[in-house]
Amino acid sequence: MISADLSVVLPEIALAVYAMVALLAAVYTAKDKAAPILIWTTSAVFFALAVWLGMSAGETRSGFGGAIVDDTFARFAKVVILVSAGAVLLMSTEHLRRSRALMFEFPILITLAVVGMMLMVSAADLMTLYMGLELQSLALYVVAAMRRDSLKSTEAGLKYFVLGALSSGLLLYGASLIYGYSGTTLFAGILSTIEGGEMPLGLLIGLVFLITGLAFKVSAVPFHMWTPDVYEGAPTPVTAFFATAPKMAAIALFARVLHEAFGTVPGDWGQVIAVLSLLSMALGAVAAIGQRNIKRLMAYSSIAHMGYALMGLAAGTQLGVQAMLVYMAIYITMSVGTFAFILSMHKDGQPVTDIRSLNMFASREPAKALAMLVLLFSLAGVPPLVGFFGKFYVVRAAVDAGLVWLAVAGVIASVVGAFYYLRIVFFMYFGEEGEARLDGAMPPVLWGFLMVSAFAMVAGVINLFGVEGLALSAAQTLVN
Amino acid sequence: MIGLEHYLTVAAALFVIAIFGIFVNRKNVIVILMSIELMLLSVNINLVAFSAYLGDLVGQVFTMFVLTVAAAEAAIGLAILVCFYRNRGSIAVDDVNVMKG
Repeated sequence: MISADLSVVLPEIALAVYAMVALLAAVYTAKDKAAPILIWTTSAVFFALAVWLGMSAGETRSGFGGAIVDDTFARFAKVVILVSAGAVLLMSTEHLRRSRALMFEFPILITLAVVGMMLMVSAADLMTLYMGLELQSLALYVVAAMRRDSLKSTEAGLKYFVLGALSSGLLLYGASLIYGYSGTTLFAGILSTIEGGEMPLGLLIGLVFLITGLAFKVSAVPFHMWTPDVYEGAPTPVTAFFATAPKMAAIALFARVLHEAFGTVPGDWGQVIAVLSLLSMALGAVAAIGQRNIKRLMAYSSIAHMGYALMGLAAGTQLGVQAMLVYMAIYITMSVGTFAFILSMHKDGQPVTDIRSLNMFASREPAKALAMLVLLFSLAGVPPLVGFFGKFYVVRAAVDAGLVWLAVAGVIASVVGAFYYLRIVFFMYFGEEGEARLDGAMPPVLWGFLMVSAFAMVAGVINLFGVEGLALSAAQTLVN
Repeated sequence: MIGLEHYLTVAAALFVIAIFGIFVNRKNVIVILMSIELMLLSVNINLVAFSAYLGDLVGQVFTMFVLTVAAAEAAIGLAILVCFYRNRGSIAVDDVNVMKG
């Protein structure tokens, strides 16, 4: 039934059509002058779609012979992706205008990347998985190199492209082996092949390649080497985007593949994910200590945070998936706020990324410094704030699944990692007196996102805004 | 008689050559782009061989998708490389080093 199939992917189709209409409209009218309007309409479309998806009923529908599935898990991830992408787009206008990189292609490429991400989280077939992943990646390679005249930006794009293509190749090789040894590309079909008994060796090798490819996308150690360079080199709004929506999409895809295609053999992949998680947390905590560039620092921070999210996945249980979703929702909220602050760091019209420029920032701008302090404490996982509850959730899931060593390592890594977050706080509050190295002015949009995000980190301790319950119903559709 | 194993071996060999082409190569980035293509083609051999062996068309459909994506990927890779060359004046792998990582 073609109309039933199409209704499953209606949000994706709507977004893809919007991207094409917007592209044509911008090309035939004002070109780059249309960019600010296009950014606003694109985020409005994102928020509208997020509301639509959030409101739609809870049943599971699948289409195209089972290749695409629309369930509460996919909808949870899609809402997070759409909201964070919309927020980052709104935040980016001012920074792009200041660096004269306000191009109309930017919101369109972001829209296409979001279509790819929505397909990724809905994928129930290796082909859909690959196509969604590539649609997302190809758009992201281009936005990373968006500032064509900047050496750093093009180098970031090149590095991201080479390593991203390599990871896609590894993932694809794994997919081909899985197809060969199970005779189907459908996740449900793969699951029924291995349900019977022993997993064939070819399938296991395919699974390892698949995990490797996906680990690149979520920037888990030892496949993280592109992350700091790409975060540093890409324009800051693009970095903010990389740190939010694509991470959610990749880790949701990761969870879906592991649970829907290999859910009966958690022992075969749980150990691998646990090691990836351990290494990511450890490296993320240690390597960021020497960083002076706040974008590089955030890159290592995101590596560490993905380690915690993977800890939930390594548990291989329903609680683990729930914990992972809660963690990601919290992490993305914190990231949006933190990047709102980073995007506003400038001096005489030039963006500043050195953390030493924050010297005594608190004495000049107490409100913003306090909001940033809350966000940094939350990123570090200091108890009363929401970030702590995210870490608490994944640690509990790991302990429940018998991964006590991983949980202990996670707690130690979070203590070590707290150092570099606190050092930024130290610079803001107790740095040396001296002339202001940052302009205080902040565009109202950034100010709003910074304050809302910081407020959410405090107010969310009451009930986490009900995200637990939503994550639970999402996890229930995936793991049963 | 040439069977499935032979095809898989060829594909695996091409895949390994492609990986080495990316990591060992110190000369220029074009070679890396060629290696990426080679990697995707080795996967195609795998898929078509499995498809013929299983008597199942899905593998060949998958191959068509991979070919399409490979074309798009090469286009984007070359475009980014041209931009990089304009800024750096070189496409040697050792010169992709403004940021240390």
